[in-house]
Amino acid sequence: MKGLLYILTALGVFGLAFWAYRENYATQQVLSDTRKLQGEIGAAQVRLSVLRAEWAYLNRPDRLLELAEINYTRLGLLPLRPDQFGRVDEVSYPPDPLLPITNAVDVSTMEAESP
Amino acid sequence: MIRTPLRPLARILPARAKGENPDAIERENLNRRHEEIEARARVRAESRLLVLSVSFLCAFVVIGGRMAMMATSEPSEPLANAPGTVIANQRADIVDREGRILATNFETHSLYAQPPQMVDPLAAAKGLVQIFPDLDEKKLIKNFTGKKKFLWIKKKISPEQKQAVHDIGDPGLLFGPREMRLYPNGKLAAHVLGGASFGKEGVNSAELKGVAGVEAQFDGYLRDPANGDKPLQLSLDLTIQAAMERVLFGGMRLMSAKGAAAILMDAYTGEVIAVSSLPSFDPNDRPRVSIPGEDPSENPLFNRAVQGVYELGSTFKIFAAAQAMDLGLMNPETIVNTRGPLQWGKFKIRDFHNYGNALTLTKVIVKSSNIGTARVAQMIGPLRQKQFLAALGMFDPTPFEIVEAVNAQPLLPKQYSELSAMTISYGHGISTSPMHLAAGYAAIANGGHYVSPTVLKQAGPQLGPRVMSPATAAASRQMLRKVVSEGTATFGEVPGYAVGGKTGSADKPKPRGGYYNDKVIATFASIFPSNDPKYVLVVTLDEPELFTLGETRRTAGWTAVPVAAELIRRVAPLLGLRPQVEPAGFGGVTLTSN
Repeated sequence: MKGLLYILTALGVFGLAFWAYRENYATQQVLSDTRKLQGEIGAAQVRLSVLRAEWAYLNRPDRLLELAEINYTRLGLLPLRPDQFGRVDEVSYPPDPLLPITNAVDVSTMEAESP
Repeated sequence: MIRTPLRPLARILPARAKGENPDAIERENLNRRHEEIEARARVRAESRLLVLSVSFLCAFVVIGGRMAMMATSEPSEPLANAPGTVIANQRADIVDREGRILATNFETHSLYAQPPQMVDPLAAAKGLVQIFPDLDEKKLIKNFTGKKKFLWIKKKISPEQKQAVHDIGDPGLLFGPREMRLYPNGKLAAHVLGGASFGKEGVNSAELKGVAGVEAQFDGYLRDPANGDKPLQLSLDLTIQAAMERVLFGGMRLMSAKGAAAILMDAYTGEVIAVSSLPSFDPNDRPRVSIPGEDPSENPLFNRAVQGVYELGSTFKIFAAAQAMDLGLMNPETIVNTRGPLQWGKFKIRDFHNYGNALTLTKVIVKSSNIGTARVAQMIGPLRQKQFLAALGMFDPTPFEIVEAVNAQPLLPKQYSELSAMTISYGHGISTSPMHLAAGYAAIANGGHYVSPTVLKQAGPQLGPRVMSPATAAASRQMLRKVVSEGTATFGEVPGYAVGGKTGSADKPKPRGGYYNDKVIATFASIFPSNDPKYVLVVTLDEPELFTLGETRRTAGWTAVPVAAELIRRVAPLLGLRPQVEPAGFGGVTLTSN
């Protein structure tokens, strides 16, 4: 009886040691993954801020004005004028949708060939 | 264990035989036994104490060792329990009221050299000069071959330049990462943004430091790592600012002015939607500051809208009229004596034209009569005028949040006499910044409350203490409207926006005293739409001149007013103001009491 207890205890210690060993490596793996991910997040954020800065640079009013002037013949863009405000009742309702076709007429002549 | 009996027969019997007390034997044995028990207990207690002290020693050694390790090791962020770590920018962005970027950071590189590691200093110097033509080859060679161990070559270089330097291939030329401040919109709102430069510099990083404008004012906020992802939101609107700068620049060129400033302010919140001062500069590449002896106002860094104090002339007349009405001294129809010239001691006050002997108060404003306003100021008296202007914030620097604003201390006469009150009533003898004037007009526009101009976006109206009654403000607005519809600012009429305003053309003071005859500061302070004002616009032109209809015109009515009208025409639709038919006035019905 006592011998069995000793063997079970020893096996338990082995098992726990194995578990601790694995947990240790798993933790280290997770930590290194976290580090890598955080590095990636940092790089992505830097890239994002560069893209935002580029977006702001490409949308700067000076450039948009020049583009509007260059493309004037195609787009005809001019500064907003006071008389361009409309009223809600000037907006027309969308046209009614066409009625669904329920009594379709077959116009194919395939079957008309044989009398 | 063999237990010794307390009363051993072997001793008791002889003792009894001798007639001794056997109890003494028992006591002796009992004592002996107790001594033994005591000795055993002591040994056990001592061993326990030993174990306890050893375990305490171990605990202290462990704690002490851990402390020593922590104290000597490099700190590192706890990786495992930081789920949402945000890698913050070094300096927070600045955005406009719609969230569009006005200032952000950009990754770039700095270039430095370590001459001891150089392979071919001469070739390196030659290559560097080819990439950066502003470097001096002789100086570089001297530095590279001298005793220097380290030197900076360029603070900021572009990726192309970095590649070119890399292609030189000298191991002594090294790059350090740098975060630089980028203003993607160039000159736009340059005076508000100010600029940033490097503070303390190391090889691996450099501190970014605001040097002017909001960058310097909010340096603490922008630098705080906790605010890395929380941009500073300004009240400016990028689109409107761009439109304003363009129109103002055109107006300045057309009127051959040497400088111009404009402020567009929300009359209820005090938010400055757009503010511009020309000539301007690029905050990405700030020009040098003016050296002593140079006129600082000639430098493009000088902010005419906030920093410069000028005598703003007749634009101040409405304050005298408003105060007279507020005190109940007058109503818009009160007749004012305008017979000129008005003599006060040696001093004579004249009008631009002769407007006859008497005008109503409304006409005094509409025609801009100095004599009339001076008479109104005489009725008010210097003390009350001083209190009123102080309530409008005319005696202190504006609370506008850029570092330059605190320099705009209004200039006042040393002694505030009756004559001072008279000249100040028409805007001479007091020098304020256009921002002061905008705050004053905002009080008229919003129904009588002081609002402090701000560059930060506000959540709602920020009405300050009341400075005049709503009825006075309404009557003043009607006067301002009449100045545009039938007075000195008829060029300011913009259909649908019912502009009201007051012109002011003040002669420029000479640096050594006296005034120039041919140099003026032309100002137009306006509110629109005047039947329900939302915005205040102040336009100032420095030394404008316009040759038209056979003579040179300098007055604001010919110079600042058309520019302001064009500004309103461009900006009002962008503000979302739809043109409206002005409500018709009640013919023949006038306000007789307030």
